[in-house]
Order: sequence, then structure tokens, then C-alpha cells
Amino acid sequence: MPSLPDMTTPNLDALAGQALAQGGHAQVPAPDAGQPQFVEFLQRMGDNCLILGHRVSEWCGHSPALEEDIALANQALDLIGQCQLWLGLAGEVEGRGRDADALAYLRDAGAFRNLLLVELPNGDFGVTLMRQFLFDAFHIEMLRALRTSADPRVAEIAAKAEKEVAYHLERSADLVIRLGDGTDESHRRMQAALAKLWPYTGEMFLDDAVDQAMADAGVAPLPSALKAAWDRTVASVLDEATLALPADGWHHKGGKNGIHTEHLGYILAQMQFLQRAYPGAKW
Amino acid sequence: MYAQLVKSEGSKTREEMTPEEIAFQDRIDRNEKIEPKEWMPEGYRKTLIRQIGQHAHSEIVGQLPEGNWITRAPTLERKAILLAKVQDEAGHGLYLYCAAETLGVSRDELLEALHSGKMKYSSIFNYPTLTWADMGAVGWLVDGAAIMNQVPLQRTSYGPYSRAMIRICKEESFHQRQGYDIMMKMCAGTPEQKAMAQDALNRFWYPALMMFGPSDKDSVHSAQSMAWKIKMNTNDELRQKFVDQTVPQAEYLGLTVPDPDLKWNEEKGGYDFSEPDWSEFFAVIAGNGPCNAERLGARVKAWEDGAWFRDGLMAHAAKASERARAARHAAE
Repeated sequence: MPSLPDMTTPNLDALAGQALAQGGHAQVPAPDAGQPQFVEFLQRMGDNCLILGHRVSEWCGHSPALEEDIALANQALDLIGQCQLWLGLAGEVEGRGRDADALAYLRDAGAFRNLLLVELPNGDFGVTLMRQFLFDAFHIEMLRALRTSADPRVAEIAAKAEKEVAYHLERSADLVIRLGDGTDESHRRMQAALAKLWPYTGEMFLDDAVDQAMADAGVAPLPSALKAAWDRTVASVLDEATLALPADGWHHKGGKNGIHTEHLGYILAQMQFLQRAYPGAKW
Repeated sequence: MYAQLVKSEGSKTREEMTPEEIAFQDRIDRNEKIEPKEWMPEGYRKTLIRQIGQHAHSEIVGQLPEGNWITRAPTLERKAILLAKVQDEAGHGLYLYCAAETLGVSRDELLEALHSGKMKYSSIFNYPTLTWADMGAVGWLVDGAAIMNQVPLQRTSYGPYSRAMIRICKEESFHQRQGYDIMMKMCAGTPEQKAMAQDALNRFWYPALMMFGPSDKDSVHSAQSMAWKIKMNTNDELRQKFVDQTVPQAEYLGLTVPDPDLKWNEEKGGYDFSEPDWSEFFAVIAGNGPCNAERLGARVKAWEDGAWFRDGLMAHAAKASERARAARHAAE
């Protein structure tokens, strides 16, 4: 865990004071330094946006209709914008001089904190839409809860993102309904997409020590507290889509703690190529 | 400018025209806009469909060479800008297909003609984007060349086309600036970045000059299209204007235009420059450019793989309207 050294650093403020006294380092850790759990949480938010934005952007120019090309590019753009805000704040809180780009482009897979769901390959357009819907239904609940975060910076980002994500959900739910209740083939594909993705939905609602710390501090809700609302949205949309709700069963997990699928490594190999091949270059 | 070698229909002298055709030409000469429901010669309509359709196809195929670098954009900001730009291009395609539809051809018919190879898109999009600097070169040179042609087309005689061009031009000028901004960053960067920028200029210079189409002396369709104000300037005029504008921009970047014969001509007040290799242009148009098969293949695949999606939406719409009809019936 890359944040480990910070967690064991005894007193960053004191160290910063010493450094200043020596006149060497101009960089003073931000007041938030030493809040690794907060940083973890912010990375989880930002990495979900970054990796899903990456996946959605892969459709650019390849989708089934011109309107979809436009909508998906727009959605990817929203997600990348949100990622810049979350990771920007993560870097600020971390206080080690890393900005959103440094976090996006210079961490290896094990340091990414996104859900496994968002890194899964696009599959056919049905898988892409279903993945979007399952995530949007979670994302909107998380953002709504974050609007009342004890940290005003978090509340501010959530308020902005919520408007965008409300539209993402409206769109993805609408398309899931239309395609579920469309032709036999579109129904079959949407049901298959649901079966494929369902085992990756449980991870969204698992609480761990980071989540508990955030909930205790009033920064963020416990993920498990969002599940009832998510269940209601998903059940109602799937019902209207004439799709069968899968039985609860085995769920994959690991993304939130840096244990990913094999797919993430390839995403990063592509995404980080220029930053890795030309270290320090300005673009 | 994404229309090349657009075949123009009919070319009549005033004596050969019917009274209707004379009245139509007089309206154009008075700079009146022609609107969809109004009478127009069949040749005018067909030529416009070819030109607007080719332009629309170029916008959507044009998503691909730049889309190629979205997932590899070097910073989050560059990624967001590139996404916004490619999205704009899809939007331009949408306006243009809508403009073409006012002439009585459906978007599906136009796409069918693209996929079967009956209609073309601009030759420029058959060149590969090999490095990040190509995102700069495409914005700077390709969008720059497009603007040269599209700015005058804002005054074109057909109302819907003219209005689409007004919207498109606003966005294109932002695109060109973002391309030039990438080039400036690269040229002020490491030696490797500057080399990438020079290499991109080397590869895109002549293909950009080809975008204007062959020399006017070889262009058989220009005269009628110009009389109809579908085409506002000759290919050579626009190419000259583009070179005159672009050379100082290359100098500012510290890049060398790959033309040893490029030289300022005081007398004509413009640069003398080498013609592109027109045999290469005709080879690309004929389908033998470096990326023709990939580009068209990607569009055809997107269309075919998406058939179930479009069919599903249509089926749902039919079901929904049937349900609404049944509900009304039950209520009566």
C-alpha cells in the first residue's frame, strides 16, 4: 500500500516545521496531511470516475448510432471532470505534492481504488449500458448523501456531480427499459449483461475500516446504507424492462483495496503510456 | 472542408434554362437563401445531397483518427478537451445529416451509401494518427483547412446548410486553437516532443493541402457549383490562402514546412509552394490510403454490431405506442 509510509509518519507538521527551519523544503504539508483514510475515500470516488470514463470513452466513434456517440462522449467527459475534482482534492489532502494528473498517471494498478465493476471490458453495447445503469444507481445515492458531508469540499463536488449523474441515471435506466422490453434479441442481450455484471455489484455496498472512519467523521455515508435505495431503483427499472432480477449470490470484491481484475493493468498501460515513456514532459 | 470532387449536375447557359430555372438563378444571384420546401432544380438538390452528405460522413469518420488517442491522452485536461472535440464532430455530423434530410434523403440512406462505398468522405481521415503530436497537427492543419472552406460556406445559398455551417464554424475555430496549443506545448518541450511535432507536420502537410481537392484547371464541376453558390471559392484560391496563413504559424513554432521550394513571392503577395502528389490523392480516394479499410471497416462494424440496439429501440417505441392506443381505446 503506497500510503503506508504516511500512516506511520509520526508527526508531519513537526517534520514540516523542521524542514522549514532548515530552509530546505518549501513544500509544507497541507493541514489535512495524515488523513490517509480520507485520501483513500477520495481516491475511491475519483478512480471510479476515471476508470469508468476511460471505458466509456473507448466507444467514441464506434457506437450503434450517432446520438449514442454524442451521449457517451458527454458522459465520459462528465466522469473525467468529476475525477479531476476528486483526485485533485485527494492530492491536496494527502499533502505530498501530487495533483490529479500525478494520481491518475503515475500510480500502478495496486494503488487504484475503483470498484471492479467499472474496469470490466465494454462487451457489447448492452453490457456497457447495463454496467452504466448499475453504477449510476449507486453513484447517485452516494452523491446525494455526500451533499450533506461534514467536509464542505466534498459536499461541493457532490453537488456538482449529482446534477450530471442524475442525467446519467435517467438515460441508462431509460435505455435498459427500452432494450429489455424491445425485441427478443435485445431482451436476451440485456438479461445476459445483467447476469455477467451482477456478481460485481455487491462490492459497492461492502463497508470497511475506511468507510467506517468516514461515516464516523460525518464525511460520507456507509456504503451499506445506500443499498436499500439502490435495490428499489434496480428492482423497479428491471421490472419495467421485463428483466428478471438475479438471485443474490457470490460477489467479487477487491477493487476498493487495490486487488483488481487483470483488465485494469491494460487500461493503465494505455492510459499512462505517454507519462511513463516521457517522464517529466509537459503536455 | 470535407467535400472533395463533388460531382455537379447540369450546367446550362441562361438561354438553355427554363423560366423557373432563370428565376431560381436570379434569387441566388440576389443572395437569397433557398429553403427546403421551395422549388429547386433537380441538379441543385442532387449536388447538395452529395456535398452535404460527404461532409457529414467526413465528420463521423473523422471521429476515428482522434478517437484513437482519447484513451492515451497525456493529461486529464487534454483528455477532456479531446473528448469534447470529438463529441463536437459527431454533433456536426448530426446537423449535417439533418440538413441533408431537408433535401429528401434519409440519414439511413446516406449511411448505406457510405458503407457500400458509393459515397466518400474526406481523404484526410485515411491517414493514421501515430503520435500525440498528430492530435496537434490534426487540429491545427486539418481543422485549419476545414475552416478555410467552411467560413465562406456560411454564405452558401441553401438555408439549412448555411445555418449548419454557422454553428460548425464557431466550434471549428476552437478546435484549431486547441490543436495549435498542443503544438506549442510540444515545440516548447523536450527534444523528443519537438521531434514528434516536426514529424507530425511532415506527415500531415501534403495530405492537408490535398483536402482542397485537385487544381481548378482539372476540376470539372466547380463552375456550376459556384454559380449555385454551393461552392464559394476555387480549390486553388483556398489552398493558397491556407498556405499563406499556415507558414508563419509553422515558423512561430520553430518547425520546418516539408517543402524545399516554399518561398515568399512578393509579386503575388503569397507563397509559392509545391503541389501535393496528386497520384497519392487519387489512390486514397480510390480506397488505397493507409487507413481506408480500417476507417470504413470500423464504421460498418459499428453499424452492424449496433443493429440489435436500434431494432430494440424501434420495437419498444412500437410497443409503447400500441399500449397508449389500447389505453385510450379502453378509456373511451
